[in-house]
Amino acid sequence: MLRVDDIQLAFGGVKALSGVSVHAKTGMITAVIGPNGAGKTSLFNVVSGFYKPQSGRVTLDGEDISGLRPHQRAYRGMSRTFQNIALFHGMSVLDNIKLGAHTKLKSGVLSAGFRLRLTRSEESELSAEIQRDIIGLLELDRVQHHPVEDLAYGLQKRVELARALVMKPKILLLDEPVAGMNREEKSEMSRFVVDVRKNWNTTVLLIEHDMSMVMGISDHIVVLSFGKPIASGTPDEVRSNPEVIKAYLGAGDELTPAQKATAGARSQ
Amino acid sequence: MVSNVQTPAVPASAPMFGRTFLWSCLLIAVLLALPLVAPRYWVYFAGILGINIIATHGLNIMTGYTGLLSLGHAAFVGVGAYTVALAQLHLGLPFYIAIPLAGCAAAVIGIGFGLPSLRIRGLYLVIATLAAQFILNFVFVHWQSVTKGDVGLTVQPATVFGFPLNNETRVYYLILFCLVVATWFAVNVIRSRVGRAFIAIRERDLTAEVLGVQIVWYKLVAFALGSFYAGVAGGLLAYFNQFVNPEQFGLLLSVFFLSAVIVGGMGSTLGAVLGAIFMTLLPEFLREGALAVGGTFGFDIASILVPLREAVFGLLMVAFLILEPRGLAQLWKRARTRFSRSDNVA
Amino acid sequence: MNTFSAFLEYSAVGIAAGGIYALIALGIVVIFKSSRTFNFAMGEMMMLSAYFFYTAAVTFSLGIFLGVVVAIVGSIAVALLIERLALRPMMGRPFIAIVMVTFGIGSIIRGIVGMIWGPNDLQIPAILARTPVMLGDIFIPGKTARAFAIAVVIVGGLIAFLRYSRAGIALRAAAADQITAYSMGIDVRRVIAFTWIIAAITGCISGILMANVNTLTPHLGLVALNVLSVVILGGMNSIGGVLVAGFIIGWLESVTGWMLGTEFREITPYILVLLLLLVRPTGLFGTKEIERI
Repeated sequence: MLRVDDIQLAFGGVKALSGVSVHAKTGMITAVIGPNGAGKTSLFNVVSGFYKPQSGRVTLDGEDISGLRPHQRAYRGMSRTFQNIALFHGMSVLDNIKLGAHTKLKSGVLSAGFRLRLTRSEESELSAEIQRDIIGLLELDRVQHHPVEDLAYGLQKRVELARALVMKPKILLLDEPVAGMNREEKSEMSRFVVDVRKNWNTTVLLIEHDMSMVMGISDHIVVLSFGKPIASGTPDEVRSNPEVIKAYLGAGDELTPAQKATAGARSQ
Repeated sequence: MVSNVQTPAVPASAPMFGRTFLWSCLLIAVLLALPLVAPRYWVYFAGILGINIIATHGLNIMTGYTGLLSLGHAAFVGVGAYTVALAQLHLGLPFYIAIPLAGCAAAVIGIGFGLPSLRIRGLYLVIATLAAQFILNFVFVHWQSVTKGDVGLTVQPATVFGFPLNNETRVYYLILFCLVVATWFAVNVIRSRVGRAFIAIRERDLTAEVLGVQIVWYKLVAFALGSFYAGVAGGLLAYFNQFVNPEQFGLLLSVFFLSAVIVGGMGSTLGAVLGAIFMTLLPEFLREGALAVGGTFGFDIASILVPLREAVFGLLMVAFLILEPRGLAQLWKRARTRFSRSDNVA
Repeated sequence: MNTFSAFLEYSAVGIAAGGIYALIALGIVVIFKSSRTFNFAMGEMMMLSAYFFYTAAVTFSLGIFLGVVVAIVGSIAVALLIERLALRPMMGRPFIAIVMVTFGIGSIIRGIVGMIWGPNDLQIPAILARTPVMLGDIFIPGKTARAFAIAVVIVGGLIAFLRYSRAGIALRAAAADQITAYSMGIDVRRVIAFTWIIAAITGCISGILMANVNTLTPHLGLVALNVLSVVILGGMNSIGGVLVAGFIIGWLESVTGWMLGTEFREITPYILVLLLLLVRPTGLFGTKEIERI
């Protein structure tokens, strides 16, 4: 599905990513983990098209999308959430979610302004679809008409997920989906991600700090450290990889990955 | 932050188009009947009001919804007015062609000024619009052979099936028609895919791009649409005043529209209407007030009216930006919820 | 006189007039450096100062020296008032909102000045001698030349001050990174207020000079809008670049006024701005910042 091959990315003289490859297989949940500053978010920005890597390729369904602008990637079925919530204030929850379907709709100004049949039918179909597939699944029915800025943090994260889902993406990128959440919210979010994959067979690529979440739901894990891939495999393989343990220990604190995960949760 | 979101209170954005529709119909009926009952001066005033609301809708689409600040809106209104005057003078075009043409001319010229800077973020567009304000006004004044300079051009009344719109009341109906269409159109655009893209660009353009919004295209659309509204307003103004001259479209008018958008509430169609009404009425009150005060103290009022207006426009702009950035629309909403709450209690 | 020497003469006059623009530009850029605020009211601050001077020197017959002192004090008071009442509450708001606030302030000042002093031209007492200055064959009107000399001295003095004084260093620290500056114990709010004082001084002097070279009207300040435009396009990063931009505007106005007719002077900077936007959309010296999303 999504392949990231041998990415080299540097800002000025500083190397952010060197030789990173990730393969997100169809219908699988693939996770990229690593300590802070390992280059996870840089990798995501390369995948969504914000950063132009010095070399390497990004392919989606066999098509090389390395040269495409972010919005063109969205039209090819890529959607994402953001580490720091990036919802649009001044719009209701529902409108935020509808915006996620931008690439699926066709109305232009004239059709919209004169409320032509095209606009009327696609807007009502979209509303029905959101009510049917998204609102219930993510349990947002009570808040859908609220201004998005009034929502609590965990709910905002969920709205972001909803917004990324309405386009029924081929590949869903989740940037630290449980960062800053409490235990309950975390397990809720993990359940949502698993449900999404189960319902629509969506391919998921996520980056995350929180080990317990990653270990619990991922099929495949890639570990980055200082911009370099140091291990990859199933959760069990990664957990027992000595390189990984070293990287986490070397990152500054004497914690096992699992402890680090809970510590990470607390410090957020 | 509301952490307890389980409250069943229905916020204002919940669907209630049915009631809004009824109210709109009622309002239109009242406006249709206005010339039958109101004195002539009121009708004249309502005409100006309608034109100002249309132009404010335009600026609100650009600045309020999409976050593209324009300091040159008046110049685009001017482009529309001159287009109507020239189209009539040289081509003899009827109003139903001339007015859309005025909108298109303003949109095209607007894009001409805006295109280079719409591609990039930041303050460049503001400067380009400021440049448009001064350069277009310069053209109005100095392109003597076409615009007749400071003297300006006269405009013959529009005719509908041979029936001339040669007094305020008749033009008023033309304005009212355009106003209703313009408002309806703006509301529709805003609650569509296009309007969502506008707001998304204003709030977080890069996030919008990730979600598939072509930022430059939608900025262009917003800018062209806003300029189109300005052009239509200008075209109507030309028919209404039956003359066009450069003095009408100076920086002060741009400040006027900007303050109308801000005072009404940026990013609210209701706000654009309220803001334009408020800002159009304000100078009248200022004049009445100044006349009363001047009558008492016996000094020359006429000379301080224009600067007084300028100062008050600026003051309102600053005050609303600092104290209530969501403007009169927000105050209105709050008043209404309070009203309906006390209703429920009683 | 042949065309070339006429060109030289107009160029010299233009660059001399550009000295005042450079002074205005300096006032704009220091505020920008401390608080990322584009001050669209700079021209009106400048115009108001000239009216202060007029009132003190003519209406109250305090004479030129006291007039200048009063004008500077008044300008500083107004600048601090603007900063405290209008801009401090706007900290952290989108830049577009801040631009609108300064633009609104400009409108307020224009209106108030119009109400108090009326729309007509006023003659302020001549500070500058009229005797022309000759540079070889080139003839420069006396007021313009002397205004230029004064502007250069003040610009030079301010730059030295910003470079070597503690306040200047604090300003540079705040400009580089506000949060780090805070953590180093620099009171950023005081730095911002300080830059408004500097802007008030440069605005005041440029206003008095400008009113001397031309006449005093409520529209005197509009010239700062085109300075601001060119300066923004030139890039706000370097003070040097901004000063150059000021001189370029002066030169261009003079030369186009000569070649196309004086009425073209007022829009020349805007045409320049549009042309620049076409060729170099990111500005002349602008650098692209890495976006964080």
